[in-house]
Amino acid sequence: MIPTVFGLTLPFLIIAALTIAGAVAAALLRNLVHCALSLTITFAGLALLYLNLEAQFAGFVQMLVYIGAVAILVVFAILLTRGAGMPEYRSYSSNWLLGLILAAATFAVLTWAVTRSLPATAASAAPAVTVQGIGVSLMTTYVMPLEIVAILLTVALIGAVIVAMPESKKEGQQ
Amino acid sequence: MTPLAAFLIVAALVFAIGLAIALTRRNAILVLIGIELMLNAANLNLIAFWRFGPHPELLTGMMFAIFSISVAAAEAAVGLGLVIAYHRHARTTDLDTMTRMKG
Repeated sequence: MIPTVFGLTLPFLIIAALTIAGAVAAALLRNLVHCALSLTITFAGLALLYLNLEAQFAGFVQMLVYIGAVAILVVFAILLTRGAGMPEYRSYSSNWLLGLILAAATFAVLTWAVTRSLPATAASAAPAVTVQGIGVSLMTTYVMPLEIVAILLTVALIGAVIVAMPESKKEGQQ
Repeated sequence: MTPLAAFLIVAALVFAIGLAIALTRRNAILVLIGIELMLNAANLNLIAFWRFGPHPELLTGMMFAIFSISVAAAEAAVGLGLVIAYHRHARTTDLDTMTRMKG
């Protein structure tokens, strides 16, 4: 039996602490590359939380998309904008206190709502979710969203390349 | 504390930290990182409600989370492309001096 603390399993507590520590480090560190690496820890922690919730497919999608693609993309963007090393300007915006108060208020409201309104539901038996079942429902029930997401991804990636492409005409004019 | 409430509180904490990053940091890339964290917190909520909901075999919440992950990936690509384009133009990623995007 897995040991529990306050009704929560020990693996959950460890993964949750890791996730939140990574997010806090991303908020506090000054070197942007360190921020991106601690962000990767948070993404990995969230993937482990998905695995803890027995959503294996979502966990592996999270690992592939976020750790494999988004984190690398962020590191590339940081290095392309010469952000490695210490920043040349202050890390925090001029009205950081207001932002911090807003974030704390959001957390307080969300926690209050969660603790006050949830019924005490126990987990039902683990659903037997196979990758085959997910594929079948993607091709039947969710085929329309799948096609829309495919178009959205194509358009977004072409758009990102066009936006980030050097403007050859203007350079010729200068 | 029930497991569902614990997952939701972790998601709320990640969301609040993402909001704090997006509102307080000055680098545009870090603001995008904050937005990604908020999207991830929403995904964790979706998966948690799927797992503890009455009909997990219908896969609704998990599908929602998977589509949300792919939309977030598209958003990250476009956002970082915009930041790189702006940096090429104005040589800065500082949001306090980023007052106009017109070329």
